[in-house]
Amino acid sequence: MIEQLSWKIGGQQGEGVESTDRIFSTALNRLGYYLYGYRHFSSRIKGGHTNNKIRISTHPIRAISDDLDILVAFDQESIDLNAKELRAGGVIVADAKFSPVVPEGVEAQLFAVPITVIAEELGTSLMKNMVASGASWALLGLPIEVFNRAVEEEFGRKGAAVVEKNVEAVRRGAEFVLEQAGGPIEAFKLAEADGKQKLFMIGNEAMGLGSVAAGCRLMSAYPITPASEVMEYLIKKLPKFGGTVVQTEDEIAAVTMAIGANYGGVRTMTASAGPGLSLMMEAIGLSGMTETPLVIIDTQRGGPSTGLPTKQEQSDINALIYGTHGEIPKVVIAPSTIEECFYDMIEAFNIAEEYQVPVIVATDLQLSLGKQSCEPLDYKRIEIKRGKLIPLEQELAPTEPNKLFKRYEFTEDGVSPRVLPGAKHGIHHVTGVEHDEEGRPSESAVNRRKMMDKRLNKLGALRITDAVKSDGPSEPADLLIVSMGSTGGTINEAQSRLTQEGIATNHVTVRQMHPFPSDLLAPYLERASKVVVLENNATGQLANLIKQNVGYHDKIVNLLKYDGTPFLPSEVYQACKELKM
Amino acid sequence: MATFKEFRNNVKPNWCPGCGDFTVQASIQRAAANVGLEPEQLAVISGIGCSGRISGYINAYGLHGIHGRALPIAQGVKLANRELTVIASGGDGDGFAIGMGHTVHAIRRNLDITYIVMDNQIYGLTKGQTSPRSAEGFKTKSTPEGSIETTLSPLEIALSAGATFVAQSFSSDLKQLTSLIEQAIQHKGFSLINVFSPCVTFNKVNTYDWFKENIVNLEQFPEYDPSNRIAAMTKIMETRGMLTGLIYQDTTRKSYEDMAVGFKPEALAKQDLTLPEAEFDKLLAEFR
Repeated sequence: MIEQLSWKIGGQQGEGVESTDRIFSTALNRLGYYLYGYRHFSSRIKGGHTNNKIRISTHPIRAISDDLDILVAFDQESIDLNAKELRAGGVIVADAKFSPVVPEGVEAQLFAVPITVIAEELGTSLMKNMVASGASWALLGLPIEVFNRAVEEEFGRKGAAVVEKNVEAVRRGAEFVLEQAGGPIEAFKLAEADGKQKLFMIGNEAMGLGSVAAGCRLMSAYPITPASEVMEYLIKKLPKFGGTVVQTEDEIAAVTMAIGANYGGVRTMTASAGPGLSLMMEAIGLSGMTETPLVIIDTQRGGPSTGLPTKQEQSDINALIYGTHGEIPKVVIAPSTIEECFYDMIEAFNIAEEYQVPVIVATDLQLSLGKQSCEPLDYKRIEIKRGKLIPLEQELAPTEPNKLFKRYEFTEDGVSPRVLPGAKHGIHHVTGVEHDEEGRPSESAVNRRKMMDKRLNKLGALRITDAVKSDGPSEPADLLIVSMGSTGGTINEAQSRLTQEGIATNHVTVRQMHPFPSDLLAPYLERASKVVVLENNATGQLANLIKQNVGYHDKIVNLLKYDGTPFLPSEVYQACKELKM
Repeated sequence: MATFKEFRNNVKPNWCPGCGDFTVQASIQRAAANVGLEPEQLAVISGIGCSGRISGYINAYGLHGIHGRALPIAQGVKLANRELTVIASGGDGDGFAIGMGHTVHAIRRNLDITYIVMDNQIYGLTKGQTSPRSAEGFKTKSTPEGSIETTLSPLEIALSAGATFVAQSFSSDLKQLTSLIEQAIQHKGFSLINVFSPCVTFNKVNTYDWFKENIVNLEQFPEYDPSNRIAAMTKIMETRGMLTGLIYQDTTRKSYEDMAVGFKPEALAKQDLTLPEAEFDKLLAEFR
């Protein structure tokens, strides 16, 4: 019995790779396995190689694997590009139609299944993916009924006849391969999972869900990879709660519309990636200057310019922190797990209103799009805190003649009472020009200094939940690994391999990128003899933040990857091992 | 009931004496009172430029945002609280240069807001550069040899973008402008009013007198039917855009708020944000 296994399906884009992956993983989720997915795709719709990889495990996992057990291939290209990942004893399930060949040097068993022929016999070559997935499922020896139920759900809305044909396609694929293999493959026999059904989603969905839970009712956004799923999720959900999603003409409209709606009193957000974030910078300054709450999601992808739009990178850190002209208070949060994607959105909306500042939640492509198992989400942790907002129904005392409501009143904590348009006796002015307590433009030097100090000091020593998160024992160790975003799971796997070889490591994740939680990170650096800062960019942006804010320049070593692919456990293991030698 | 005086505040505009924007300010104040609004029911959202300051000169909720973005901000305000009357305003540079993309799409989107452009054919606040509304050959600091770009026709653009309310007026005609703003506020959908609002300091060509000589009032054509889109386009072209009055109105198309499926008929801003646990469980179930 094995505890984990990796499965990959490859073909041309538009060939059903996505739906096959969806059905396959839904069925595995039903059986209670932990899953972690990775999508390799390009900026095109039809054609071009694409593949989806799923790692299946009986225990929690948060990383893609180095190697592969089963490769399902719709064309020779999928074999040529991916077979090298197969470990000895791996299996290729391929369409007999293209006379598949196992590349030289690859030790894998090939099952050439008449995938296209069977699909066409059943009526349409569209069902190729069902034949193929049926065949690979059968090799695992898992119960077919669970798989068929997932098929039923995928095609149910197309009618019973379609479901029946697809189930038959699965059966025929399974039957053929089992005859060839003489039954399920013993080496692929997975130990039973805990049977508890997990949530299974991508980070963008978790953030969309978190936003609904947080009371977000409007979203204005412009489509972009890898952020669009957030708007696609919310347009299905927000109307159920009276709200909506507006697809705007560009990201500038998206962010300014969100500012207008937040000013109007509705929790509103936008989501984008690097290019869109660059366009939003001036407006983020408006939010900071007018103390209007704002929540933005930045799903980092390969930059600069159009860069690698469908690939992994963590290179927006500098832009998110320093991007706006002038000086404003701002919070940047970087979730590192699927669960955090959910909870961080709630915290982001709360901070935005409690401190009346822009809050950016920064993920990376792998966290946003990698489909994975998610621990149960706790309803009790949903708490809505709106700070000094005065609800519309609350009556206000009349203002003195010729005086406006002091929307920017100087207070001890720097946060002023916030009244919404529509409130009687609440009239005040709002402007991106420097202003006085009533919001009226003011060039007074005294007022300027006071207002700048009010805005810039109001975050105080804000620390989000687990601003710096340690996920292991922090006994004296040879190495401290520091990371952000989706890389934690990969690091954990590398760590356990290093432990086996007697190399002790600690790992901390920086979740609050700005204002930088120096006080929380410093003790870890102090104790470590060497610090590896691991990040997906070329210039070590996180490492530089640490050097700038915490110090310990002589201890810090960069571990960088900027080729568009996520770190693999073996790469982290290797790099850390070399550092120790 | 508020009178127009209650829409006044004690802020002295920083506009030059004789600026056309004073009339626009007065017309908005009168129209707001005439349609029965209280000051707190009105939100004026403005862009950047001399005219952009208008949101601070009216006793109502006001937001003075960033250059060219009055419209998306105003649409956000309306979505948040559809019980508010929302007026977006700014200059021709704000709306037809840096913010042109938003203008066209706000027209298409047709949220129930009013957009008043103070069109002076020049950049005033930056002290005299060419605008998309400047005539060809117009000499400015940035076009010392005269502008060589075509003059933009916002009325034609608005009509072709599917506008449901298009009007034009002139700062010398307080009565007409007030009446048009009232109609625009009452129109259920996006309304555009372009106002010839002379810059007395930097534009020595398009002066009050020049406009008086060159514009025609649609009242001169009793047979003119503002519900006829083809006739509207023809009239704009015939007069080279130098016309005032209600040019086009489509009262049949619903506003964005009314068309958006599920969108709450009351102000969203008043909604309780708590998500019932049963609803939360339903949302989670989709991921199993």
